[in-house]
Amino acid sequence: MPDGRAANAKATSRAPRVEEPRRDSQRLGGLDKEKLHELLSQMLLGRRFEEKSAESYALGKIGGFCHLYIGQEAVAVGAMSVLRPDDYVITAYREHVQALIKGLTPREVMAELYGRVDGCSKGKGGSMHLFSAEKNFLGGWGIVAGQIPLGTGVGWAIKYRDEDRVCLCFFGEAAVNQGAFHESLNMAALWKLPVIFLVENNRFGMGTAWERASSLYDIAQKAAAYDMPSAVADGMDVFAMRAAVLEAVDRAREQRTPTLIEARCYRFMGHSMSDPVHGVYRTKEEVEEAKQKDPIRIFIDQLREQDLLDEDELNELDARARAAVEDAAEFAEKSPEPGPEELYRDVYAQEDVRGWLYFDRKDRLE
Amino acid sequence: MAVMTYREALGQALAEEMERDPDVFLMGEEVGVYQGAYKVSKGLLDRFGELRVVDTPITELGFAGLGVGAAMVGLRPVIEFMTFNFSLLALDQVFNSAAKVRYMSGGQFKCPIVFRGPTGAALQLSAQHSQALESPYLHFPGLKLCTPATPADAKGLLKAAIRDDDPVVVMEGELLYALKGEVPEDRELLVPPGTAEVKRPGSDVSIITHGKMVHVALQAAAKLEQEEIDAEVLDLRWLRPLDIEAALATVYKTNRVVCVEEGWPYLGVGAQISTLIQEEAFDYLDAPVVRVTQADVPMPYSKNLEKLAKPSVERVIAACHKVLYR
Ligand SMILES: Cc1ncc(C[n+]2csc(CCOP(=O)(O)OP(=O)(O)O)c2C)c(N)n1
Ligand SMILES: [Mg+2]
Repeated sequence: MPDGRAANAKATSRAPRVEEPRRDSQRLGGLDKEKLHELLSQMLLGRRFEEKSAESYALGKIGGFCHLYIGQEAVAVGAMSVLRPDDYVITAYREHVQALIKGLTPREVMAELYGRVDGCSKGKGGSMHLFSAEKNFLGGWGIVAGQIPLGTGVGWAIKYRDEDRVCLCFFGEAAVNQGAFHESLNMAALWKLPVIFLVENNRFGMGTAWERASSLYDIAQKAAAYDMPSAVADGMDVFAMRAAVLEAVDRAREQRTPTLIEARCYRFMGHSMSDPVHGVYRTKEEVEEAKQKDPIRIFIDQLREQDLLDEDELNELDARARAAVEDAAEFAEKSPEPGPEELYRDVYAQEDVRGWLYFDRKDRLE
Repeated sequence: MAVMTYREALGQALAEEMERDPDVFLMGEEVGVYQGAYKVSKGLLDRFGELRVVDTPITELGFAGLGVGAAMVGLRPVIEFMTFNFSLLALDQVFNSAAKVRYMSGGQFKCPIVFRGPTGAALQLSAQHSQALESPYLHFPGLKLCTPATPADAKGLLKAAIRDDDPVVVMEGELLYALKGEVPEDRELLVPPGTAEVKRPGSDVSIITHGKMVHVALQAAAKLEQEEIDAEVLDLRWLRPLDIEAALATVYKTNRVVCVEEGWPYLGVGAQISTLIQEEAFDYLDAPVVRVTQADVPMPYSKNLEKLAKPSVERVIAACHKVLYR
């Protein structure tokens, strides 16, 4: 297994930017057709993957908590499109799509959701705890705001080693009320750490609407308390996300200055698979109205307006996304469950040779 | 061998490990300019600079989590809590992040971090500043924990903790920082995880203890000697991993056990050791195990009440008498 350090050693060099987004902020972000189709593919893959997850959850193949990203795809796709592969991403439990965009395969993600040994975390993490050391995807965290200090520490390590990488740290708007958010922003601004704090404001923390949880409506304003640059972006628009995050990434890379970005988006599904789509805290009409601004449809329309996508191309891209997801589900289905030997593995670096680490005396179980 | 204080031994361990490995850094409140709340990090800022000896705001949850994030990508942070009482604000990051990241990621991410600082009571600091917090930390698989009692162990344990690839909690003693003792100059002085030490051999009764209470146990043993009772003092040093063989060996030898700890009795270290002994060495016992702990109350301020609340030499002696039916 590559440890963090080995993964680092490969990638610490100041690699050239993978693709240089045009700064003249032309229409469609100055991206060529190929890149635009790649982003559309990511959005479609994310959507189809989540639809399949919902289906498998209903069939009992996925257990536990399972939080879907449907409706928020433009946030991750736009934001992550300006990262380099050696940049870090860390996020919360609604992270299937971020993991896929960072390069984890649909197979290893779906197998993880199924709790199988071929899952990225060997079936020990599940839907909420996807990780890939190789892809610099740092999880997958289940305590609201818990990943914010961690992402700040990743920024610290980047500065410590004088690298020019950045850490993109996602969290929900409800996390903004935690001390961890404020402690982290203060340290990041104080010590000039290359972290982009990206709030996905999907309006709700479970059933609590943002205005019922915060005395201040504009999240970006909170950055002022830490003398930190901030931005608000339309989280339903890939290009808006891309532009906002690009500016922040440049600032982080070049000046080691963190940024707080609020992405205004909307969750189309329930909080988790055990929560109905609208429930008692929002109306069906509200959800339907939000769905009129489906980020994938908006993106498709933007491409069509510029004659950069025809029907056949769209069908082809969607068919590929569906096929990848079907393949992933079949793969997950066939992957074995982790063996009992995995139970006590990966708790510590050492195996428990003399029965000193575990207080149920492992030897008894064997 | 050099004679030095416990705090100097800790400082030496830090300095040697920081010299040896550029990924090691120290972070916490007052560790730099102020030279450490207990002067453990004296001189380190001058020697290693601001990037490696980092004064933090009072933001325990924040800097504990920052350390875990940095450890995930390959650094080896030493996070100082001014005292473990204040670490209670950081526990989410210790228990939910540090202790679990290796497991949740299927072994992809290690977390080589040290959380250190003093645990337990000093003098008349009352309820919020006098807590021995080993037990709550020990409850969580994924963490290791050690408690140096002497300057030599302070150096050897801290160095081993820094080199360990798992999160290690090093609980020091506020009243031990000024303690003097011989410390080998060896840069490879390491007390590896799971190694207890008999601090005083004996044959009549075993006192199993750790940390600051080792000294209470040794004083009790010295007094018991005057009554011709030969007490063995076993310093566990590492509470996780636990040197089960050493704990059982002393039971086999004396057949009578007193567990002494600074913390509270409920689900305490002594409770765990007693369970272990009854599971593994029941037939070797000539008397039920007796525990000496802090009184099961928040620490009072008043001198007389504080004295009553703390484990004392007298109570250890009484416990030894009890298991010896004297
Ligand atoms: C510290 C903590 N408190 C409560 C929960 C239970 N919980 C899980 S998700 C959630 C809502 C979080 O909302 P938000 O941060 O906006 O993210 P979203 O789910 O909208 O993506 C709550 C209350 C938790 N996981 N962690
Ligand atoms: Mg939300």
